[in-house]
Amino acid sequence: MNRYTVQKLGSGLLILISLIVILPILFVIGSIVVRGASAIDWEFLTAMPRDGMKAGGIYPAIVGTVLLTLGTAVAAIPVGVGAAIYLSEYAGDNWLTRSIRLAIVNLSGIPSVVYGLFGMGLFVLFLQFGTSILAGSLTLAIMTLPVVISTSEEALRAVPMEYRTVSASLGGTRWQGIRQIVLPQALPGILTGVVLGLLRAAGETAPILFTVAAFYLPSLPSSLFDQTMALPYHLYVISTQVPGMPLQVQHGTALVLLGVVLSMNIVATLIRSHFRRKRTW
Amino acid sequence: MVERPKIQIEDVSYSYEGKNVLRHATLDIAENAITVVFGPAGGAKTTLLRLINRLNDLVELGDMSGRIMLNGEDVYGPRVDVSDLRRRVGMVFSLPLPLPGTIRDNVVYGPRLAGIRNRVRLDEITVRSLGQAALWDEVKDRLDEPAAAMSGGQQQRLCIARSLALEPEVLLLDEPTSGLDPLSTAKVEHSLQELKEQYTIVIVPHNVQQGARIADYAAFFLMGDLVEFGTGRQVFTAPQDSRTEDYVTGRFG
Repeated sequence: MNRYTVQKLGSGLLILISLIVILPILFVIGSIVVRGASAIDWEFLTAMPRDGMKAGGIYPAIVGTVLLTLGTAVAAIPVGVGAAIYLSEYAGDNWLTRSIRLAIVNLSGIPSVVYGLFGMGLFVLFLQFGTSILAGSLTLAIMTLPVVISTSEEALRAVPMEYRTVSASLGGTRWQGIRQIVLPQALPGILTGVVLGLLRAAGETAPILFTVAAFYLPSLPSSLFDQTMALPYHLYVISTQVPGMPLQVQHGTALVLLGVVLSMNIVATLIRSHFRRKRTW
Repeated sequence: MVERPKIQIEDVSYSYEGKNVLRHATLDIAENAITVVFGPAGGAKTTLLRLINRLNDLVELGDMSGRIMLNGEDVYGPRVDVSDLRRRVGMVFSLPLPLPGTIRDNVVYGPRLAGIRNRVRLDEITVRSLGQAALWDEVKDRLDEPAAAMSGGQQQRLCIARSLALEPEVLLLDEPTSGLDPLSTAKVEHSLQELKEQYTIVIVPHNVQQGARIADYAAFFLMGDLVEFGTGRQVFTAPQDSRTEDYVTGRFG
């Protein structure tokens, strides 16, 4: 075989391998759309569940997931971005920052069900928030923090050091340089991390299992201390706990969950590319 | 030797990761004059500049000894506000780096941080600084365009304007023309000649010829040592030290 043949074979093989990555996502989305689309109508999206969840809609679960995701964002973004700013802009390399980094790495390795148990112990029982949106959001937020912190820190570090030097040379304090120059430049990267974290939180079942999720609650929450249904847990319930559940309701619910998550992803991508166009390096 | 010293550098040494990058430098920087700091790479020229406006504080790794006085006041003194010091001692870097945003944003960045909010005042500053940096005529119609879209020569003059916007007393320039074409270089050199009427200028030139063209005073640094300091005419035409002579005449470097 001459080197040109090897080259062709090699690139062909690599294309094939890359296609293997695409196939599962196409298959998953395709099969859910095909089997679930027929379940989705206006009632399915806006009505309370009926007949032991076999009929009616999944409205409270949709609202619950949106609320939990918002709650997670409110709790995780300030803490996560704040920690990232500290690590990248203020902290030197010492035992404290090393242990913070070690903690972050370890946090991201903890199985989500352990977060669920931890959240139940700390927020539900010890702090007496009860099984509530507050407890669920905080549990999801802790699970989300490592992703937010490490991607935000990376985004901040990617802003060239020279910008900070220039800002300082013009009489800027460290914080002024961060606020005026570094943060805006790092924003697209920070958003990416935040969205990645939130998407994972929106789709998780285990952390909300013991902290917030209701098996069947055909009403909307009225405060932070209420339980709520949520899409991932609802999907789990109707797939495993309810005998005789129509298949299309299950796939319809999965499709809605997928839709919520993907549409959040698209919005974030749009925001990100908007900011990225304004970037100067 | 220098009659009206604006800055007095007294026995300043600087070591970094165990290496003495600058050893026992003593020289005075004259007010309203151009002092050229030159020599081969690794001579501590940039280090010296960054010690004067305390930009080296940002890297926090080195050890300095000796004293640097600005108007007779120790710049490392306990009561010095570092931000204020850097407003009084401006700096232009070898690679022009416009901040994100428009030409106008760049010029008023420093004044804004210093608390100036008045639009009229900021506009006055913009006109004056860009004029002093010989850039006004080229950009007066596109102040609100992105600074990154300018040519390299314009960017460097914008960086000079950005420093001048703060009306500093001293302007430090670290090879400000190293990336510029001869025409832009000539413009920058010309504006420096006008600027020294109002400012005290310390410049690391990007070659010996440039140093000789603009120097009122000149300091030759070699491997961290201040070899020779004198008027520009003396250092470039009749150097006392054979090492200075070898470098100025192009025998090494």
